[in-house]
Amino acid sequence: MKITSIIAGAALALGLTSAAMAQDKTKVGFIYVGPVGDGGWTYEHNQGRLALEAEFGDSIETVYRESVPEGADAERALTEMALGGADLIFTTSFGYMDPTINVAKKFPNVKFEHATGFKRAENVSTYSARFYEGRAVQGLIAGRMTKTNKIGYIASFPIPEVIRGINSAYIHAKKVNPDVEFNVVWAYTWFDPAKEADAANALIETGNDVILQHTDSTAPQAAAEKAGNVITFGQASDMSEYAPYPRVSSIIDDWAPYYIARTKAVMDGTWTSLDTWDGIGAGMVGIGEISDAVPADIKAEAEALRDAIASGEYKPFTGPLNKQDGSVWLAEGETADDGTLAGMGFYVEGITSEIPN
Amino acid sequence: MDLSVINPLVLLASIMVASTPILLAAIGEMVVEKAGVLNLGVEGMMITGAVCGFVIAVQTSSPLLGFVAAAFGGAFLALLFGVLTQYLLSNQVATGLALTLFGLGLSSLIGQGYIGIKAPVTNDVFIPILADIPILGRILFQHDLMVYFSIGLVAAVWAVLKYSRVGLILRAVGENHDAAHALGYKVIRIRIFAIMFGGACAGLGGAYLSLVRVPQWTEGMTAGAGWIALAIVVFASWRPWRVLLGAYLFGGVTVLQLNLQAAGLALPVEYLSMSPYLITILVLVIMSAGRRRGALGAPAALGRIFHASN
Repeated sequence: MKITSIIAGAALALGLTSAAMAQDKTKVGFIYVGPVGDGGWTYEHNQGRLALEAEFGDSIETVYRESVPEGADAERALTEMALGGADLIFTTSFGYMDPTINVAKKFPNVKFEHATGFKRAENVSTYSARFYEGRAVQGLIAGRMTKTNKIGYIASFPIPEVIRGINSAYIHAKKVNPDVEFNVVWAYTWFDPAKEADAANALIETGNDVILQHTDSTAPQAAAEKAGNVITFGQASDMSEYAPYPRVSSIIDDWAPYYIARTKAVMDGTWTSLDTWDGIGAGMVGIGEISDAVPADIKAEAEALRDAIASGEYKPFTGPLNKQDGSVWLAEGETADDGTLAGMGFYVEGITSEIPN
Repeated sequence: MDLSVINPLVLLASIMVASTPILLAAIGEMVVEKAGVLNLGVEGMMITGAVCGFVIAVQTSSPLLGFVAAAFGGAFLALLFGVLTQYLLSNQVATGLALTLFGLGLSSLIGQGYIGIKAPVTNDVFIPILADIPILGRILFQHDLMVYFSIGLVAAVWAVLKYSRVGLILRAVGENHDAAHALGYKVIRIRIFAIMFGGACAGLGGAYLSLVRVPQWTEGMTAGAGWIALAIVVFASWRPWRVLLGAYLFGGVTVLQLNLQAAGLALPVEYLSMSPYLITILVLVIMSAGRRRGALGAPAALGRIFHASN
């Protein structure tokens, strides 16, 4: 009797302390679309997670699931994470949009943050970076550097974010080089090194000497390096192992400050549903160092464009701009509003291919 | 649209390169299935080969040693499958699926420190004289060694299966293991060797991805190539030259659709992407229609567990 009550008491005490500890710790979950070792998109999100751990130390706990397919399986992974006691969950790919909304309905006390989407709820925020600002700088360098006047673009899925990037790069390449021509290949994947390498090779073989990519692996960089006379840009991550040539610059996503701010908000109880869309100015999008393979005057021009975008004095989508079919989109001096940009489903005038359905 | 930008010679050459990983994996799996074993772990063995090959090639700066290591890595993983299914009599389908998951996990563990590192360059071999033949020379005789090796392997497998005693025994084991056992052949031992051969081939295919075609190491880089290899074996109705045809067809359509996109063809890319699978279904339907089921050519004892006491 005595022994059992002691044991029961001890068990109770243990249970209490562990419960108390669990309550102290804020648990932050991450759902990744690729492996953390992709060297691009998911790698940078994971860097953000590590920065979170460095910032808060023992007062938080982070968990992640990598290579979660977009679709029904994502819902299962999210539910598991929410049931596992996560207080805040970041879902880091466009395709997790509906799963995030669905699961968020079932767990009103868990906060969700969905990257690059546009559906929000009481407990679902969205956040994204204005990658297209970085694309403008890339487009300028691409337009100046190309010798064949053919620029290849490895696109992933026909969603607004990708289309925005193509448009932004095209506008700024065209501005400095009126003869430029864009060739877009849709890979229908975010991460498949073999397919990305094939796509890059197909573009190189058809005469494109600049490759822009909106897929996450470094395979196109390797293909360009092998081909020899082709330049590329790092995507999502610096990909500096391919610098100074073929990789001449990059777009770097820096999620750490945002992740830290949002986790802090959950810890303080000040979290509310927000729509965050930051660019070069706020530091969410970084332009990787422009390497020496780019002549000094072009480099200076690109950096001036970057700084003008950062300070807000120049917007990448500024009229006069027409849509692909020739109809007027933006008049002289007019700038695109965020709503149009967020749902962008058309090419600007001059791009010859069509967007797949 | 400007189709003239596609150079058919360059295109054919890249098709051969793009097809080699699945060709290697498929010809290995065909031998395994000819011996009556269904190993669904091709994907796992491929990616293990990819990482083993990459790590060793980086460490020794020798792609050749990398390929050797990849073959051993794949064969080792296959041996695990062999022991489980042949001696411990576990279910082949479940074990094969588990092998894929295990291989994916194991490879990312081994590859931890190798992300973002560049592989040593595998040089193309220019076969003297032949490489200078106009047109054919560019397509056929200016590749790296593994492309020739894979074609040679297909020829060797074909010759062994068709003309040699070893091939006859292997097929006997795959068609009717009880009869083969009654004749005194060591069914399990023969199957283990076949499984290891299949693993080695899959490993080579994976290493071709990580050392030549991509070339770098990233987690999950095979991205389903092992499953395509499995499909090609069925597509080929277990015949070596048809495996070659199937692999080149799959690789060909993959590369071709990207090239057509790059050339600005207006055809929706979805149709191009699904075409290899549509062709597979079509071929299967044509082959199975009209004749008996045996016409498909599946080894009769495929996937069945052998135990001497039965």
